[in-house]
Amino acid sequence: MFPTSRFAAVAATRRSTRLRGTMVGGAAVLTSLILAACGSSGGSSSSSGSSNPLAPSAAKGTVVVGSANFPEDELLAEIYVLALQAKGVKVTSKFNIGAREVYYPEVVKGAVSVIPEYNGALLTTSVDTNSTAATTTEVNAALKAKLPSSVEILNSSSAQDKDSVTVTQATAKKYHLVSIGDLKPVAKNMAIGGPPEFKTRHDGLVGLKKNYGLTFKSFVPLDESGPLTLAALKDGKVQAADVFTTTPQIITEHLVALADPKFNFAAQNVTPLVYKKAMTPTIVSTLNAISARLTTAGLLAMDKAVILDHANYSTVAQGWLKAVGLSS
Amino acid sequence: MRFLSYAWDWLKVPAQWHGSGGIPVRILEQLYYTGLSLLIAALIAIPLGILIGHTGRGAVLVVNLANAWRAIPTLGLLTLLAVTLGFSALAWLIPLVVLGIPPILVNTYEGIAGVEPELKDAARGMGMTSWQQVRKVEVPVAMPLIVLGLRTGAIFVVATATIAAYIGLGGLGRYIIDGLATDNYGEVAGGALFVVLLALAVQAIFVGVRRLAVPAGLRQQARQT
Repeated sequence: MFPTSRFAAVAATRRSTRLRGTMVGGAAVLTSLILAACGSSGGSSSSSGSSNPLAPSAAKGTVVVGSANFPEDELLAEIYVLALQAKGVKVTSKFNIGAREVYYPEVVKGAVSVIPEYNGALLTTSVDTNSTAATTTEVNAALKAKLPSSVEILNSSSAQDKDSVTVTQATAKKYHLVSIGDLKPVAKNMAIGGPPEFKTRHDGLVGLKKNYGLTFKSFVPLDESGPLTLAALKDGKVQAADVFTTTPQIITEHLVALADPKFNFAAQNVTPLVYKKAMTPTIVSTLNAISARLTTAGLLAMDKAVILDHANYSTVAQGWLKAVGLSS
Repeated sequence: MRFLSYAWDWLKVPAQWHGSGGIPVRILEQLYYTGLSLLIAALIAIPLGILIGHTGRGAVLVVNLANAWRAIPTLGLLTLLAVTLGFSALAWLIPLVVLGIPPILVNTYEGIAGVEPELKDAARGMGMTSWQQVRKVEVPVAMPLIVLGLRTGAIFVVATATIAAYIGLGGLGRYIIDGLATDNYGEVAGGALFVVLLALAVQAIFVGVRRLAVPAGLRQQARQT
C-alpha cells in the first residue's frame, strides 16, 4: 500500500457520507475495496462510561454520542465524549454507525442523542434536498426551520470540511493568492483539477465563473480530493484543484485552500446535531464551548495526527481539549 | 434494451460528434492507447515467447509468471504509477502493456513449443541454422497461435484502455467516468457501446490479419483443428 491509499478511502468515504449520490458504480465499488483492504479506520468504537441500561442515570443526564463512519467524525465524537465525561455526564459512545442515511434516523428517534454533523451536508442530504442555502447563516436558518421537532442543531463551529480551490504554497506566493477571487488575473493560464462532476456542477466550475468571474485554461477530471488530485497538484499537471479543506495532505504537501468568501461551496461547519429530550444545560454548554473553539486549522491538524500519523483518537482529542482550555 | 435507448438518446445529439471531447476524437484516443500499448507488449512478448519456445529453457517459470502476472489489478497499478511517477505517458502505458503481455507471450510460447518435432528434424536435416529454423519453420507454423495471442491481448487492451480516463486522460472511458459522476446514464451507455463496438472491430481486424499472416499451407489445417 502506498501511503496515500489510506487517504483515498478516507476522502471518498467522507464525501459519500456528506454528499448525496456522488459515489456511484465503479467508484463506490473501488472505494469499498480500498476500505476493505485498509481495514477499519482505527477509531475507538468501544463504549465509554456506563452502558448498563439499569444503572440509575445521573441527574445531569445520560447521552449516547454517535459518529459517522469516517475518521474525522469519529475524532469529533471522541472530543464530545471526553468533554462531556469531564463535566460528569454519563456517556455511551456509539461510533462508526454508518453514513448519514443510517445514523440520521437514529438521532431523530433518540437512539443517538448527539452526533457531530456538517450543517450543509445535513441540510441537503437529509432535511431539504432542494435547498440552495450557501452561507453558514443561511444553512443554519434553513436547518432550524426544517429539522424535525425532536432534534435541533447547537452552535456551529468555524471549522469546515468542504470543497475548496486549493493551490500549492509556491503558487499562492507567486500570485499572492489568499482568496479564490485573487485568481482572476491568472486563472486563464491555469489548469484546474477535480472530480469529473466538478466541471458541470454549480458548486464547481459553473459557480466559480458566476461568483468569481473565473475561467480556467482547462479542466482535468481527477478524483474526489484523493491521491490523483494531490499527485496532479504536486506534479504541476494542474495548478489548482478541488481539495477538501481538512485533507491532511494540505499540511504535508504544503498546500493552501483559498478562502471562499462568496460561498461558492456551501457551508459545511462542524455542528452538533442533538436529540432535544436528551439535552441538559450542562451538555448544551459543553458542546457549544467546543464549537466556539474548533477551527478548520485545528481540525486539520487533528485529522493529520489520526489519519497520517496513526495517533490514538483519544490522545489527540484529549490533547486538543487541553490546548483550548476545556480540560485540565 | 433500455441500455440501447439510453445510448441512442445520447448519441443522436450532434454536439457529441464534434470537438475535442467528441466521439471521433475519443475513439482515436482509445485506438492510440491501445495501439501503442499492444505494439510494446508484442515487441516484448513475441521475441520472449519465441526464445523460450525454441530453447525450452525457463518455460515453466515464464509461463507461470505470465499467468500470475494477469492477476495484477490494472486500475490499482495505474493509480499507483500516476501517484508515484506523475502524470507521464508511462502511467497509462505500463499497466496496459502489462495487461497485453501474458496472452501474447503464452500463446507464442505454446505455438513455438508445439511445432512437431518431425518438422524441426526435417529443417535441421536440410541444413538450416537455428535462426533459419525459427524464421522459416517455427514462426510460420506457430503463426495461428501468435495471432490468436495478439487478438486476445488486443481485446483486453482496447476494452481496458478506458481506464486512462481515470487519471484525467481521454479515450472512451471519459464518457463512462464522467457519465457516472454526473448521473448521465446515456453518456455511460454510449461510451460502453463504443467500447463494445471497438472490441468487435478489433476481433474482425485480427480475423483478417490471420488470413494474411498464416501461410497458405497451414490454413486448411488450422480450419480443421
